[in-house]
Amino acid sequence: MTKVTMTVNGKTVSGDVEGRTLLASFLRDDQGLTGTHIGCDTSQCGACVVHVDGVAVKSCTMLAAEADGATVDTIEGQANADGSLNVIQQAFQDHHGLQCGFCTPGMVMSAAALLKENPKPSEQEIREYLEGNICRCTGYHNIVKAIMAASGQDVTAIAAE
Amino acid sequence: MYNFDVEKPGTVADAVAAMRTEDAQALGGGQTLIPTLKQRLASPSTLVSLKGVAEMQGITRDGDSLRIGGATTHATVAADGNYAALSALASHIGDPAVRNRGTIGGSLANNDPAACYPAAALASGATIVTTSREIAADDYFQGMFDTALEEGEIITAVNFPIPQAANYQKFVQPASRFALVGVFVAKYADGVRVAVTGASNEGVFRWTEAEAALSANFAASALEGLSVSADNMIADLHGSATYRAHLVKVMTGRAVAAAS
Repeated sequence: MTKVTMTVNGKTVSGDVEGRTLLASFLRDDQGLTGTHIGCDTSQCGACVVHVDGVAVKSCTMLAAEADGATVDTIEGQANADGSLNVIQQAFQDHHGLQCGFCTPGMVMSAAALLKENPKPSEQEIREYLEGNICRCTGYHNIVKAIMAASGQDVTAIAAE
Repeated sequence: MYNFDVEKPGTVADAVAAMRTEDAQALGGGQTLIPTLKQRLASPSTLVSLKGVAEMQGITRDGDSLRIGGATTHATVAADGNYAALSALASHIGDPAVRNRGTIGGSLANNDPAACYPAAALASGATIVTTSREIAADDYFQGMFDTALEEGEIITAVNFPIPQAANYQKFVQPASRFALVGVFVAKYADGVRVAVTGASNEGVFRWTEAEAALSANFAASALEGLSVSADNMIADLHGSATYRAHLVKVMTGRAVAAAS
């Protein structure tokens, strides 16, 4: 076992991990942060997306030992300081950007990463950026719409209601 | 996964030392290796993470030569732009989260027969720089998942001569998004090189007939009359050998037409 220490959602946390412990498992099982979901466990579905040192990664395909010393942000840290939903989360609610909700944490974290590097993405850019996030309810239209709305763009022209 | 130890060297020298551990395995971004370990297809005693090796990070240009550190991520190459066709290729590997972890050294060391980087390295006549030597791309790729790397040898950098014009065209397998067939065309002062990934049971290869035709006349029309043999092409549920052979010519033509 190796001791790892990292900053998760602004708090310093540490724990003992095996070499094979995935970052997703450390967050869920050691830290109780079960908002990060493990869907496919093969790095295809994106339900486990978190930010490590500011960029989106699939936490089921990164070792906890490699995140030692890193800054990690998960869905639990996304809400505003007063507990209200942040602009992306609120847009997902307003535009029905989730159905069963399983993929939603990864979708929100990918959307946050996208808007950080591209504050006004086109519909096409959003769809391309979400290539690694799968919604098995196929709720993509409203997810794209929510992300466009979160970026302050007019969404009346987006196809699905 | 079977359990293993994780070593995190900060220098190439420490990485080489760590790789001397019996059954040690280098870990780049882990975007292929970690799924492989989950399936218990490998059981290393120790993973030597290369992420913390500063000498293996980043991109430097020297005239018409681009040096990319072995631990440089696809996202960094995609954002670079010094070699536009290479950056474009990197920007379409996997998805954004994968590109933030996966590395050029990891991709070339794995040499997946449908990976994108091997086509760029071979078509560019790149030099693979390792902990013990420099290997020309023509000598480096030795078949599906097979390379010239020796036990414990690590790719520390890749040197790309920047071409006059180049382009990469990938026909994606719609489920995996890997290349069903990908063709990288690069035009240099001394001739054109064409490398094909995704198509052959032997892994990445050069289409020398097209190179000769394009060196004489760099236009898609120069490929008319050429054909690619279906012998030894990959055949699976996504496409027959004949289909892949046909796609090689189609994608080569598109790459030439789009080259800039």
